[in-house]
Amino acid sequence: MIGVSCTNLVKRYGDVVAVDGLSLRVSRGECFGLLGPNGAGKTTTIEILEGLLEPDAGEVEVLGLTWKEHERELRQRLGVQLQETQLADKLTVEETLRLFRSFYHRGRTVDELLRLVELESKRRSWVGKLSGGQKQRLAVACALAGDPDLLFLDEPTTGLDPQSRRQLWELLARFRQQGGTILLTTHYMDEAETLCDRVAIIDHGKVIAEGAPRELITALGAPRVVTHQGTLEDVFVALTGRHLREE
Amino acid sequence: MTNESIDRGGAWPPLIELAIARLREFMREPEALFWAFVFPILMSVALALAFPGGGSKPAIVGIEAGPRSAAIRDALAHAPGVTVRDIRAGNEARALREGEVHLLIVPTDPPTYRFDAARDESRVARLLVDDALKRAAGRSDPWSAREEPVQIAGSRYVDWLIPGIVGLNIMGSSMWGIGFSIVQSRMRKLLKRLIASPMRKREYLLAQIGGRLVFLAPEAGVPLLFGAFVLGMPIHGSLVSMSVVCLVGALAFGGIGLLLASRARTFEAISGLMNLTMVPMWVGSGVFFSSSNFPQAMQPVIQALPLTALINALRNVVLEGATLAAVARELAVLAAWGIGGFVVALRIFRWR
Repeated sequence: MIGVSCTNLVKRYGDVVAVDGLSLRVSRGECFGLLGPNGAGKTTTIEILEGLLEPDAGEVEVLGLTWKEHERELRQRLGVQLQETQLADKLTVEETLRLFRSFYHRGRTVDELLRLVELESKRRSWVGKLSGGQKQRLAVACALAGDPDLLFLDEPTTGLDPQSRRQLWELLARFRQQGGTILLTTHYMDEAETLCDRVAIIDHGKVIAEGAPRELITALGAPRVVTHQGTLEDVFVALTGRHLREE
Repeated sequence: MTNESIDRGGAWPPLIELAIARLREFMREPEALFWAFVFPILMSVALALAFPGGGSKPAIVGIEAGPRSAAIRDALAHAPGVTVRDIRAGNEARALREGEVHLLIVPTDPPTYRFDAARDESRVARLLVDDALKRAAGRSDPWSAREEPVQIAGSRYVDWLIPGIVGLNIMGSSMWGIGFSIVQSRMRKLLKRLIASPMRKREYLLAQIGGRLVFLAPEAGVPLLFGAFVLGMPIHGSLVSMSVVCLVGALAFGGIGLLLASRARTFEAISGLMNLTMVPMWVGSGVFFSSSNFPQAMQPVIQALPLTALINALRNVVLEGATLAAVARELAVLAAWGIGGFVVALRIFRWR
């Protein structure tokens, strides 16, 4: 069953082509990653798939439905965590979750959500006083409020310390175990390798490679590497001559 | 979807949750509370001190030095409503300009009056002084009218002023409170996050106005009560009438606030828009001085302004006990601004 599919997506901003004929298929129950450097078009792509942006060309289907005809239903069934969103500083964790939960016709209770993301001890703290990792966990909790079938995550662990990243990965793994589908973007190769069943490597708005991380590494990365076990970073370098992150 | 029962996990419907969230944010912002409550009281106190209005103020005159100035001073010594003030030589023109004296008497024979006829106090001073000096010179009047002094409660400047300040407060707190918080949410990308959820756009906008209304009662009530109990302003309107007028006013400025905040991306932009909108009304809507001072050609525009409508309605209701039917025109103007603002805002609102 198809979770998300898009065909020949195009999005232009003036002269810049952010998304250049991009096609993807994500199956239900899998965790799919869009891996690429900053400016590759990952956020634009995922926002089109989330129904927040209209493409200039191309078709999008989510859970077998289109945005044009089924927006209300889709919004009830999806969970979204956007890049760089700052939730209201002066609401508590609890109040924020309750607000998001109110939008959905069914979903988990606020207590369940707090337990899921391990923020029970912070339920009465103001959002503005949380650490970066706690804020991200809250954002994911908000995305889970409606017990979604599909999660869209845009760079879910950027800027987090290693422990917070691992906590979030475990949370996402549990979501998958319960049958959820995940589409995420990242520029961290270890995240793509650890979390994703399949990965599409994106550069300049196009998919330049697609497949399971191990297969991609075997096919494109490992032969080039002498000093360490091949990684998706190596795959990217092999394909483009550049690194995923400008260090 | 309508057949499924909706389980919100213990939360209220979204419109209410959004309004409650907005209310909580507002209450947790100390500056906002100051501007909403303390500021109007400070304004009222300051203005009451500047314009005490307990009885009429005397006409203040200065007498230039000259051979007859002593005689003139004596003649005015017992004139009712006239006070002679000493001015240093050479300072006369400045004193006239600054309003320290309303009239200057040059002690020629007959005397010469120097004053600006455009100033009411100066014209009154001229009449009182002329009357006193002519009487002292022996004029006799054919008859003296009888006088029956009438004290009308609510006719002081400060009585007229307080409803204006309440209107100003409703405008300011509605517009700033809504405008800034929306622009901030837009800048934080919170609006984008919200529309990625099933939240309905119109409910978000309605909740911005609704969340503010809870504070309307104290925001309007506190200055009115302060005016009544501390400054002696009479309140002739019914509670229902006053509440309805304030409510419609708050809704009007809520709608306008939504409209102004519908696309602004920075605090500079929203501040500029707010000032552009509010300053003309501060000046033209009859807050501090009557709007009828402006030329006839501008009156239709002035009367169409929402603050003018609100203040006129408030003055009529509070000071004269007008019914809601009597201020129906003003309420209609306010309703049009509120609904129009909301409808247009919903259409052009920038969520991303």
